[in-house]
Amino acid sequence: MTAAPRPRLRFADAARPALADTALRRDLRDGAAAVRARRAAAVAETPDWAELRAAGRALKDRTLLNLDACLERLERAVTAAGGTVHWAVGAAEAARTVARLAGGAAVAMPAAPVLEEIGAADALAAAGSTVHRTGADAEFPAVRTAVTGVDVMVAETGAMVLLEWAGDARRCLAVPDALITVAGIEQVVPDRADLEVLLRSLPRSAGERLTPAVSVWTGVAPGDGPAAFHLVLVDNGRTRALADEIGRAALRCVGCAACLDVCPVYERTGPGPYGAPPGGPIGAVRVPLQRGVGSAATASLPFASTLCGACADVCPVEIDIPEVLVHLRGEVVDARRGRPVPTPELAVMRAAAWTMGDPQRYEAALRGGVRWARLLSRGGRIRRLPGRFGAWTDARDLPAPPARSFRVWWRDRAGAR
Amino acid sequence: MTSRDRVLRRIRDALGPARGTPVPVPRDYRRHLGAEYARADVIALFTERIAAHGTPVRHVGAGGLPTALAAALWAREAARIAVPAGLPAGWLAELEGVAVVPDGPGVDPAAPDGPDAVVTGCAAAVAETGTIVLDGGRGQGRRALTLCPRLHVCVVHADQIAGTVAEAAARLPPGRPQTWLTGPAVARGPARERSPHGAAALEVLVVEDWL
Ligand code: SF4
Repeated sequence: MTAAPRPRLRFADAARPALADTALRRDLRDGAAAVRARRAAAVAETPDWAELRAAGRALKDRTLLNLDACLERLERAVTAAGGTVHWAVGAAEAARTVARLAGGAAVAMPAAPVLEEIGAADALAAAGSTVHRTGADAEFPAVRTAVTGVDVMVAETGAMVLLEWAGDARRCLAVPDALITVAGIEQVVPDRADLEVLLRSLPRSAGERLTPAVSVWTGVAPGDGPAAFHLVLVDNGRTRALADEIGRAALRCVGCAACLDVCPVYERTGPGPYGAPPGGPIGAVRVPLQRGVGSAATASLPFASTLCGACADVCPVEIDIPEVLVHLRGEVVDARRGRPVPTPELAVMRAAAWTMGDPQRYEAALRGGVRWARLLSRGGRIRRLPGRFGAWTDARDLPAPPARSFRVWWRDRAGAR
Repeated sequence: MTSRDRVLRRIRDALGPARGTPVPVPRDYRRHLGAEYARADVIALFTERIAAHGTPVRHVGAGGLPTALAAALWAREAARIAVPAGLPAGWLAELEGVAVVPDGPGVDPAAPDGPDAVVTGCAAAVAETGTIVLDGGRGQGRRALTLCPRLHVCVVHADQIAGTVAEAAARLPPGRPQTWLTGPAVARGPARERSPHGAAALEVLVVEDWL
């Protein structure tokens, strides 16, 4: 399977330019703080927030454990309403399908994470379509075809639900003759009643009582809007995530972006280093879950976190992102254990296990280590560790250890009694 | 094997024995506003919430609606307006010097030379969020009609105002295209500042029969 935009660099390397860009960091910080405040207000006036989260979690779990039946039901409903459903295993196949359906016509395409994920713009351009990326400031182009994402699909009725801030998608649903909508297979929910949960929890989690424009459409509506509707359902590794019993929870995501705005790592790096939208905590689990941890880039993502837990606290569908991160770290380590030449971390960890396995060896090592460390320190901080350990101090200082270790202090104290 | 079969097969393989496990959904969240909300409080809440977005909102009696509509259009110097089929003719009875164009496939309200304003009814409204919902039903027109960037005057009957999103969703017939509008569009800058854009110039007239 090929995904168009792939992260090629390890997270730490990819993050370097963003970290050096102080203007970007200030924008990210101010933006995140503003959204956090709005979100806190929207949630504070929702007395049943805990019940909404529990319902959101359960309805998405219900979807995922019955995903095949849910999608078949969705397909029947969309077809009955005059739409056509297409399926794609990989990102490239999905992008080719979109390009084929557009047939070289100019298209309006408001931004959506799934469209970026499959590389829709490049595939459309390669097939001869001019792509107008609509935005709040751009004039709406005079085109007859539109390509959009979607937020929630209802299997029971075949309804598509799209929440937006800027109002461009609204035009795409009203003006062109043909509409091509791309969705991840996990974006379905079983019943109409599930909307009364997500239409409250998702916008509030994003900082609004309700998103400025919510469009709901079912197949085609005679005399109103596009006369042709195509829905492209994309797997692109979602079934790989589904097979992981712990990682599966990440497919509950409804894309509110709340976890991004509370993440101390994302606040400093922005979306770039994650290699695929949306980035942030959910991106750090979704990318390795969907693509595997075989490359250095995807394997580095589960480590791009301090495990502070802020993301799990805000998530409207109760995804325990730190739990999935830790699980994926284990998977990365396991994948490397089998290698003939151990990675430096593994060699260090093995040496540490040998040293710490014996109290005498451990204390001797501590005494030696303290002496070396104090030689390296300036003003109580170690700015750079020597040799291969230097990478660890690239982004942080290390406090110099105290002259006496805790163990020595404890023994002296016990002896003084 | 088609891609459809391959995706479905992958899902079944991924779930293994867990496939088809029923998951009960706890639906003990609030579907309605608290019992302390009398009907008049629901209407007041709608007014407060929609005004919080900076949307002008006025209350009129049924008899006062034609005058209020004429005043709203006059205040914005609207000389040419587009209206959907099925708009009660009496609503426009007080207009003077305003050309009225019936909506139809040839009318493009978003075009620079399009109408100065559109006037519609609505399918429902939500007090909790300050939202109006259009579904292409009587007196609402095609979705393209309400994309007029200059002015959209929306008439809401007080009995169309639901307390919550859940109540409004339950009132709407499934299958119709719906547009839920809550305040002006938001620019996607870091601070997500609200900025009027598109059909953001909304004005709401709430019709209360006892006024
Ligand atoms: S994972 Fe993040 S973006 Fe997804 S629903 Fe949870 S908080 Fe929102």
